[in-house]
Amino acid sequence: MTTTEERPAVAVQKSRGTRFTGWAANYIDERTSISGIVKEVGRKIFPDHWSFMLGEVALYSFIVILLSGTFLTFFFQATMVEVEYEGSYVPLKGIEMSAAMASTLDLSFDIRGGLLMRQVHHWAALLFVASIGLHMLRIYFTGAYRKPREINWLIGFVLFVLAMAEGFTGYSLPDDLLSGNGLRIIDGMVKGIPVIGTWISYLLFGGEFPGVDIVGRLYVLHILILPAILVAAIGVHMLLLIINKHTQFAGPGRTNDNVVGVPIMPVFAAKAGGFFFIIFGVIMLIASLFQINPVWTYGPYDPSPVSAGTQPDWYIGFADGALRLVPPGWETEFLGATFSWNIIVPLLILPVFLGLVAFYPFIEAWITGDKREHHIADRPRNAPTRTAIGAAGVTFYAMLWAAASSDLIATHFRLSIEGVIHGCQVLLIVGPIIAYFMTKRICIGLQKKDREIALHGFESGRIVRLPGGEYIEVHEQLDEYQRWKLVSYEDYVPLMIRPDANGRISINQRMRAAASGWFFEDRIAPVTSKEIESSHHEH
Amino acid sequence: MANDHDGTPDSSIVGTTVEKHGNNPPHAGTAVVVSDRIQNPGFEPYRPRVSDLDPAVEKAQERRVSALFFVSIIGSIAAVVVYILFPIIPGDMESVRLNNLLLGISIALGLLAIGIGAVHWSKALMDGHDMVEQRHGTRGTDATRAKAVEVFTLGNKESGFGRRTLIRNTLIGALVVSPVPAIALFRDLAPAEDPVPLLKHTLWAEGVRLTRDPSGTPIKASDVTLGSAFHVIPEGLDESEHKLEEKAKAAVLVMRLKPEDLNVSAGREDWNYEGIIAYSKICTHVGCPVALYEKQTHHLLCPCHQSQFDITQEAAVIFGPAKRPLPQLPITVDAEGYLVAKSDFTEPVGPSFWERKL
Repeated sequence: MTTTEERPAVAVQKSRGTRFTGWAANYIDERTSISGIVKEVGRKIFPDHWSFMLGEVALYSFIVILLSGTFLTFFFQATMVEVEYEGSYVPLKGIEMSAAMASTLDLSFDIRGGLLMRQVHHWAALLFVASIGLHMLRIYFTGAYRKPREINWLIGFVLFVLAMAEGFTGYSLPDDLLSGNGLRIIDGMVKGIPVIGTWISYLLFGGEFPGVDIVGRLYVLHILILPAILVAAIGVHMLLLIINKHTQFAGPGRTNDNVVGVPIMPVFAAKAGGFFFIIFGVIMLIASLFQINPVWTYGPYDPSPVSAGTQPDWYIGFADGALRLVPPGWETEFLGATFSWNIIVPLLILPVFLGLVAFYPFIEAWITGDKREHHIADRPRNAPTRTAIGAAGVTFYAMLWAAASSDLIATHFRLSIEGVIHGCQVLLIVGPIIAYFMTKRICIGLQKKDREIALHGFESGRIVRLPGGEYIEVHEQLDEYQRWKLVSYEDYVPLMIRPDANGRISINQRMRAAASGWFFEDRIAPVTSKEIESSHHEH
Repeated sequence: MANDHDGTPDSSIVGTTVEKHGNNPPHAGTAVVVSDRIQNPGFEPYRPRVSDLDPAVEKAQERRVSALFFVSIIGSIAAVVVYILFPIIPGDMESVRLNNLLLGISIALGLLAIGIGAVHWSKALMDGHDMVEQRHGTRGTDATRAKAVEVFTLGNKESGFGRRTLIRNTLIGALVVSPVPAIALFRDLAPAEDPVPLLKHTLWAEGVRLTRDPSGTPIKASDVTLGSAFHVIPEGLDESEHKLEEKAKAAVLVMRLKPEDLNVSAGREDWNYEGIIAYSKICTHVGCPVALYEKQTHHLLCPCHQSQFDITQEAAVIFGPAKRPLPQLPITVDAEGYLVAKSDFTEPVGPSFWERKL
C-alpha cells in the first residue's frame, strides 16, 4: 500500500478524530478490501416516491420483530408441561395451564417491559404482513415485476407466505384458548386431506390433538427455521434490488436508462435510517397505548369452551373465510373413504389464488412477448387490464377476508348470520367481475382525461367573452414537464395471429392471441408530437 | 416468436441502451413503436429550498435537528428512570398498565426523535439536487459470458463430468437418495401406534357418569330442567393420562327438551332420558367446540365457522360448512338417578378424516 508512506506527512495537519477514522478505515480495508464495496454501492441512486417506502416499512418492522422477539425468548418457556399458575394475575391464580401460557403471563405481569415487548412484537408482526401486502400491491399495480425483476417478485411472494407462517406459528405459542382453537382448526383441516391427512395431523401434534409437543415444535419453526429462511430470502431480495436498481416513475429527465434520485451516502442513508427509527417509534407508541392479544382474558387452552366472535389475526382471515363460505353438505363417501370437500376445496382454492399471484409476471410476459428490460413504473391507469385484474384479485381476497368476520358483521349491523354468509358467497363470485369491469372503465376514462389534458390543456376557470358575444373558458396548456408525465407510457396492441414457417398456427399462438386481445383490445394510445402540434394550431 | 408482430424495439421507449450488448436486441413483443412520440424534455430546473437561500433559516434548521436528537437522549434516559420508578406491584394491574404506558412512551420518544431528526436533516439541510446514475443491462457482457462458458467447459473437460456418464449418473442418483434417511428420521414425531383406532374411541363407556365441566360433579337427571344446557365431561377425566386429548373427543353438551319436540329416529328411541339428550360438542367440520345453544330455536351454533345444528332433528346440519350431524351419546340414569352413558359414541366424533368409515 503506497498510502501508508504518505500518511505521516499528511497526518500532521489532521485532527485526532480524522486520524483515527483514517487509521480504522485503512485497518479494515487492508483486511477486507471493503473500499471496493463502498465505491460501488456508496453513491448508488435511489429514486423517491412515497409508495417506495412500503417495502421499507416491511423491512424495518421485521428488524423490530427480531429485536423484540429476541427479548421474549429470554423469558418464554416453549413447553406444554402442566404447571399451576402462581404469578401475580389474580383471576388465573392456581389454575392449571401449560408452562408456555404461564410464562406468557409472567412476561406480561411480572417482567417490567415484558408486556410492552410482547405488544411491540405482535403489533410489529401485524404491520410486517400488512406492509408486505401493500408493497406487493404497489409492485403489481405499477408493473414493477416486469423483466428483469420477475425473480425478485417470486422471492417477495415467498417472503409474504413466510411472514404469514411466522405470524401463525407465533400466535399459537402462548397456548391460550383462542390460539388453541386456531390449532384445532388447523388439525381439522389437516385431517380432511385425503389419504394422508390423519397421519400428518398425528405426526404434527406428536399423537392425538392437542398433545404436549406442538408448542415446542412451532417454537422451533417460529424462532429458528422460518426466520433463517426469511433472513436469507430478504438478503437475496435486497441484493437483487441493488443489482436491478430501483424502478422509477416516468418524469422529466427520467428514462429507462437512468436512475434519478438521491445517493445512498448521505441522503438516502439519513432518510432510510431515520425512517427505521420512526417505524420503530410508532410501533413502540402503539404498543404502549393499545392492547393486543390479551391472552389472560382468554385463559389457558381447553378443548371444550370457546368464545363467540373468535377470529384469527387479520392475515389468516382469508383462509378462515374460505372455510366459512363453503355451502352445506360438501362431503362424500366413496368406497368407505371420506372426502371432505368442505375442506379440500378451500385447501385447493387458496394455493391456486396464491399461485396466480406468484406467477402473474410470467403470464403477462408471455402475453406481451416483451423481452426488454423495464425500469419505468407504470401508472396503474396506463395498464387498464392489468389494473382491473388486480382489482378483481383484491376483491376476491377481500371477500374471503370479510367472510372471516361474518358473525361480527352480522352482530354489528344487525343482520342474520345466514344472510351475511350468503351475501359473501355471492360477492365472492360476482364482486371480482364487477370490480374488473369498473376498474377497467375507470382506467380508460382516466387515460382519456390525460390525453385530453395533454392535447388541449386544463380548464383555467377563466371565462372570456369574445367580441361576437360568445363565452369561452380559456384552457391553459401544460408545461412540457407536466405533459411528459401524462404521455410517456407504453402501448401494446393485440397480437395478430400469423402462420409459422410451416404454414401452421400453433395452439400456443392462438391462446396468446386470445389473451392478448383480451388485454389490449381497449387501448388509448399515447399522445404523439404530431397530435400536439395540430391541437396547438386549432387554438 | 420473431414474427409475431410488426414492431422493432424502440429506443425512445425502453430497452435498448440498457441492453445494447449482444447481437440480438431483446424483442419488444406486441409493444407499439411510435415514430413521432413526444421527446423527453429533460430535467426540470432545480428549485432551491428556503434553507439553500437564507443562512438564517439554515441555522435554524440545524438547531432544530440537534434539538430533536437531544430530545431523543432525554427520552431514552427517561425510559430507564421509568423502569425504576414505576415497578410492577404484584397483583396490581394498574401498575402493569402504568409501567407499560410510560416505558413505551419514553422509548418511543427516544426513537421517534432520532428518526424525525435524521429525516429532517436529510430533507432540509443535505444536498437537495437529484442525481443521475446510468443503468446497465442486467445480463453480463458478451466477454463475461464467454468467460463463464469457458469456466464450465474447462470444468467439464478436466473432470470428465459429461464424458464419464456412469460416474455422473450414479452421483446424481446418490444425491437424490441421500436425503431419504432424513425423511425416515421424522417418523418418530408421533408414537408408533395407528392413530385411527384412537380417533374412533372416547372415554365414554357403559355406566360412565356425565359430570359437569370443569368441576367433575355428577349430574342428576332432575337437575336438568327444561331449557337448560350442561357442558359435560366423562367422570374420571381428570385422572386420565391424556386429559386434554380425551376431553377434545369426549366433550358433550346435555340439554333437555320436551320429549314431543324430539324427532327420534329408529334405533335411537332409548338414547335420551325423558327428553334429556347428549350430543358431542366437537364440531364435525374442523373440530371447534359447538358451544352456543339457542334455547328458543333449539339450535347449536359453532362460533368458528357458523355451522348450525338442529337439536330437535338429532343435531342435523341446517346451515354452514359442516356435513354430518353431531354424534349423539346414548344416555340413561343409574340407580342413584345420575345421568350415565349407555355406551361410547357409535361413530367417531369431531372432524372428518379419511379412514372415518374404513
